[in-house]
Amino acid sequence: MTIGLGHYLTVAAILFTLGIIGIFLNRKNVIVILMSIELMLLAVNLNLVAFSTHLNDLVGQVFALFVLTVAAGEAAIGLAILVVYFRNRGTIAVEDINMMKG
Amino acid sequence: MTASTMPVLAPAYPEIWLALASMALLIFGVFRGDGSTRLVAWLAIVVLAITVLLVVLQPDATETTFGGMFIADGFGRFAKILILLGSAFSIVLSLGYIRYERMERFEYPVLILLASTGMLMMVSANDLIALYLGLELQSLSLYVMAAFKRDSGRATEAGLKYFVLGALSSGMLLYGCSMIYGFAGSTSFPLIAQALTGGGSASIGLVVGIVFLCAGLAFKVSAVPFHMWTPDVYEGSPTPVTAFFAVAPKVAAMALFVRALLSPFGEIAHDWQQIVIVISALSMLLGAFAAIAQSNIKRLMAYSSIGHVGYALIGLAAGTEEGVRGILIYLAIYLAMNVGTFAIILSMRQKDRMVEGVQDLAGLAKTHPGMALLLAAFMFSLAGVPPLAGFFGKFYIFMAAINAQLYVLAVLGVLSSVVGAYYYLRVVKLMYFDEAAEPLAKPVRGELGAVMTVTGLFTILFFVMPGPLLAAAQTAAKSLFP
Repeated sequence: MTIGLGHYLTVAAILFTLGIIGIFLNRKNVIVILMSIELMLLAVNLNLVAFSTHLNDLVGQVFALFVLTVAAGEAAIGLAILVVYFRNRGTIAVEDINMMKG
Repeated sequence: MTASTMPVLAPAYPEIWLALASMALLIFGVFRGDGSTRLVAWLAIVVLAITVLLVVLQPDATETTFGGMFIADGFGRFAKILILLGSAFSIVLSLGYIRYERMERFEYPVLILLASTGMLMMVSANDLIALYLGLELQSLSLYVMAAFKRDSGRATEAGLKYFVLGALSSGMLLYGCSMIYGFAGSTSFPLIAQALTGGGSASIGLVVGIVFLCAGLAFKVSAVPFHMWTPDVYEGSPTPVTAFFAVAPKVAAMALFVRALLSPFGEIAHDWQQIVIVISALSMLLGAFAAIAQSNIKRLMAYSSIGHVGYALIGLAAGTEEGVRGILIYLAIYLAMNVGTFAIILSMRQKDRMVEGVQDLAGLAKTHPGMALLLAAFMFSLAGVPPLAGFFGKFYIFMAAINAQLYVLAVLGVLSSVVGAYYYLRVVKLMYFDEAAEPLAKPVRGELGAVMTVTGLFTILFFVMPGPLLAAAQTAAKSLFP
């Protein structure tokens, strides 16, 4: 069996869905949400690189590099916000993020 | 490949200037410390004014540069001027607040400048990569601003919520971008449009991509069903940050939404039109009904902004030049009304603390007659009562909808603005007919008074001379339909 574009897209779609499920179903810890976000972005990168090879076009790989860079910045800012949040509330459990309704 | 040549920089001068100036101000602030915040803030306003000048002085033509990734056209210029004005007004509004609430750090105006750079890049994006990078530069700055009041539990919670949901929406948008890239074969808007010409219906993969892209962008403009972050973030963030969120990023995300759908996917409008119609109708209805029960004025403004995004999206659903013109007029008027309303919200002090309950406005007509009159004008305008500016915004949008045969959407819009009028007029009733339990403090700070007067005069007197704005919006909309 050869591994074609469809397989890569399926794996990426599964990873992406897992990332979204991780954000919505997780009731324990905000760190897990950060990991889920990272998982979503990596699924997108897999998609981009697979398409790039399939189309024989470099732009997709350039895009993937940009996404990696932005993901690093996003993780840094997310952790920074998490740290100030922890200093105020002393917890990072998801069910405690409820000062405002909604 | 030939030796690399320098790209033409002229179309991007405003962005380049803004990026360099914000970095220079950052270094200046680091050397001078937090005592220089006021100076940095005023310098930031000067920088924004120069950027407006650079945008205005650009030749009246459509130019692309950086390998076609960046486009400078009339549509972008109109949106950019609105964004820059919104940012400059928010800096003016925040001057007093950040001093009294112990968050006077020089990063604040610098972050507004960086976010503005991102927004300018968003409206000038002509490629999925440029779109993503502009959007992230804006979003990352906004996440930090929401949590800028580090010692407040509510502000940091707002920042955390905004970050998680914003990152989720970026992820969805990016997944959409990757699908579009794969199935259209390019990330460049003109090349995608070329691949789609005359093709009839789009492939299923492409439609999936467009749906994800729409979901991500709907998040950024806070349209239903992706609005859930808006009330919490608006309520929790420091008030001047909320004022900023309510104007500049809304305009930028809306302009991006319009360009990202019309420029590459104009040919297959029937594939995305239903999505926009549904989110527009839901936003209008939710904005009208959910705001009724709110007692916090910032939360009320959040639902109000969800409703207004719904009205603006009608213009996009129409997908015509008239619709785009309607959106641009709507955004300009929306900006003035919101800046003015937030200037009044920022003047709501009792003794030494800020208050933000709708009830605290009771009896305002007796204690602050001028401010009550202006707030009444803004509320009537937001409700869409003629002859105030808000009426004209809605009028051009509904006209576009009717000319595009979107009758249901136009009727829903009119009905939901009737429902919405209830909570806007409730504020007016509180001010004029109720007794104050504890009157608001005097005097109103000078810069807040100036901002609310300028925007109030614009809102009240818009009907005297609507010509210039209409003409500018007309030329801007035309540039999107060559």
